[in-house]
Amino acid sequence: MIYEISYTALVFFFIFVGLVVGLSFYFGRKTRSSSSYYAAGGQIHWGVNGIAFAGDYLSAASFLGICGMIAVSGFDGFLYAIGFLGGWIVALFLIAEPFKRLGKYTFTDALNAKFNSRAITLSASVSTLIVSVFYLIPQMVGAGDLVMPLLGMPHWAGVLLVGAIVIVIVASAGMASTTYVQFLKGGLLIALSLVLTFFILKNGLTLTPDFKGSSSHYTFMELTPQVENDKVVAVSDWDVIAQQVIGDKTFVKLSQNGIERWFDWERGHNRSLLKEALTVTQQADGQTLYNGEPKENRRFYQVGHMSRIVVNGQEVEQTGPLSPFEFLSTLQKSEIVRFLQVKFPDGADQVSLYYQEPTLGASFMLPGLKYKIGRDANLWSKLDFISLMLALFLGTAALPHILIRYYTVKTPRDARKSTILAIAAIGGFYILTLFMGLGSAVNGVLDLESSNMAAPLLARAFGAVLFSIISAVAFATVLGTVAGLIVASSGAIAHDFIDVYLKKNLSDDRKVKLGKIAAFTVGIFAILLGMAFKGINVSFLVGWAFAIAASANLPAILFLLFWKKTSETGIAASIIVGIVSSLTIILTSPTMWDKYGLESESALHQLENPALISFPLAVLTVYLVSLRWPRRSPIADIENSTGP
Amino acid sequence: MHVNNTSTEKETLTKRKSSLGIRLFFIYLVFYTGFVLIGVFQYELLAIQILGGLNLALAYGIGLIVFAVVLGVLYNYYCTKFEDEANSEQTNQMKEGGTT
Repeated sequence: MIYEISYTALVFFFIFVGLVVGLSFYFGRKTRSSSSYYAAGGQIHWGVNGIAFAGDYLSAASFLGICGMIAVSGFDGFLYAIGFLGGWIVALFLIAEPFKRLGKYTFTDALNAKFNSRAITLSASVSTLIVSVFYLIPQMVGAGDLVMPLLGMPHWAGVLLVGAIVIVIVASAGMASTTYVQFLKGGLLIALSLVLTFFILKNGLTLTPDFKGSSSHYTFMELTPQVENDKVVAVSDWDVIAQQVIGDKTFVKLSQNGIERWFDWERGHNRSLLKEALTVTQQADGQTLYNGEPKENRRFYQVGHMSRIVVNGQEVEQTGPLSPFEFLSTLQKSEIVRFLQVKFPDGADQVSLYYQEPTLGASFMLPGLKYKIGRDANLWSKLDFISLMLALFLGTAALPHILIRYYTVKTPRDARKSTILAIAAIGGFYILTLFMGLGSAVNGVLDLESSNMAAPLLARAFGAVLFSIISAVAFATVLGTVAGLIVASSGAIAHDFIDVYLKKNLSDDRKVKLGKIAAFTVGIFAILLGMAFKGINVSFLVGWAFAIAASANLPAILFLLFWKKTSETGIAASIIVGIVSSLTIILTSPTMWDKYGLESESALHQLENPALISFPLAVLTVYLVSLRWPRRSPIADIENSTGP
Repeated sequence: MHVNNTSTEKETLTKRKSSLGIRLFFIYLVFYTGFVLIGVFQYELLAIQILGGLNLALAYGIGLIVFAVVLGVLYNYYCTKFEDEANSEQTNQMKEGGTT
């Protein structure tokens, strides 16, 4: 998809990014000790911390990913919202206060507060690093998607830009800066989503979403073919070039004035119709054509519209303003046109074709379009659904960059109040994502090459200013989250691994310096991965990070808090088993198979999310290993040896 | 709960709060699991229209989000109450100790 650069957007964007970087330099000058680098010195107000929590959590996955997945797959995107929020219940009711009482700077320290075991230090720091990196990938992918329409840059340039800015932020400051940045952007994100939802509802539903002439809605062509022996032989004004049967669909290539277009041949009992499709053709000579023309010609339209709107049993052209309830229930009774993708070779060319699939609102508003659990379900798809819901539920409490925020307020009471404020803010936001996602699905704003841009592109339809502010906030969202993650992973390397595990008794000064070097290294790594995973929905990618976190960290945390006999060997073994099993399942999953350039159907298994297998495996490990190799010294001694 | 209690908080208070947390967690877990199980075993139920024309999937999903917030607020209310009670008990004991 090609985008025009908007200069209004550019101005707002640079003001905002400037503000973020400026803020972090300001706080950076206050960062002197290692405690203020890693945990903001325990000095942050609970209200600020609560919104910052929300800011941390509402990463690219929430704003870009969930909205995008709802826009493309309907209710299945909302599953992520439900699971992401459910996870906070685990964090609040089981983990928050005990953790705060155990607490030091990092997740590793908390796990190790009772044992002082080198095996735990090593395994926990590895797990922090891996989870952070997996969480970093979607943020980087989202950043790349964002800058394409905003600055007219290619995807890789966006990834590089975010990486560079964040490395500067983190290397110059630390946790204090990221808290205030997260606070600012968390608050703004929620406010702007309210504005966007208000516009969606005010606008209502319409068959021709042209925003009162401010953007032109493209109506897809429908042609009537002449057919002989199951073949299209002629179409008026067009030359028939080729015909391909893919699965139960037939696609026909036509040409007019030297331009080739693909059509989806729809055959009913008494009708035969060619419906225009959208294509991206990778030609043998390396050129890429969008709908048969170069990208600059802008023939690769934004999509997403309704084919029927039903109000009180009557079909209407448009509804006018709707209440939130009316919006949802009208969509449920109407029909939405989705675009589904098929890939096939055409001579020496590779064609990626998107055809129109009218979908009843009633199925769009139910789970099952992406995670098949109703019609067309099989055992794998049902397991996949359970696995996803498990990972989302258990992952939140085990994310290292979320846990680290418990230490930034003074008392357990404040940590609790922060968390509840965060839950309320995040819950409110997730209900808004439903409207923003559905709004993008029906207002002709979707970019078929990446679902991640649904919400910002919808904002663009409502005006350049709203678009620029939302993009800038979303970009800052990515910046903030990436910064937080890099602090967490640099903590894992510099503090846990080098300082504690290798027992190099570093001076405070050296520790901060080392943290910054580690941050730089992780940053570079994240940039490379962000480029590699272009085009995948960011929520889907975050689902993996959650699954790894849930498998590697949560069994260890829960057993430590709730089972007296948990041993240091058990914890370390469970973390390792959790990481290895979840990583193995992810790396052999259909999506990765596709990334390796293999057929996704031929993958070793069809499970996209590993939690269903890796979490119970890690639980079993911590239990059995703790029984076989019990903790070595009596508790009293351990308590005395852990120091302040 | 056997935490390494480094703060000055009393053990009984910690226990009260954590057992409340565990109970609320299980209440939520039941509702969350309910949603997943309906999806897997009784998919057709999710399409039933309830509550102002919304289907069960939407109502349940939005309900789970709202319910989490409600439980959070309840938890905070009771924990704060427990803490205040424990504090006033402590000051009362100190006062009594002073007079005798």
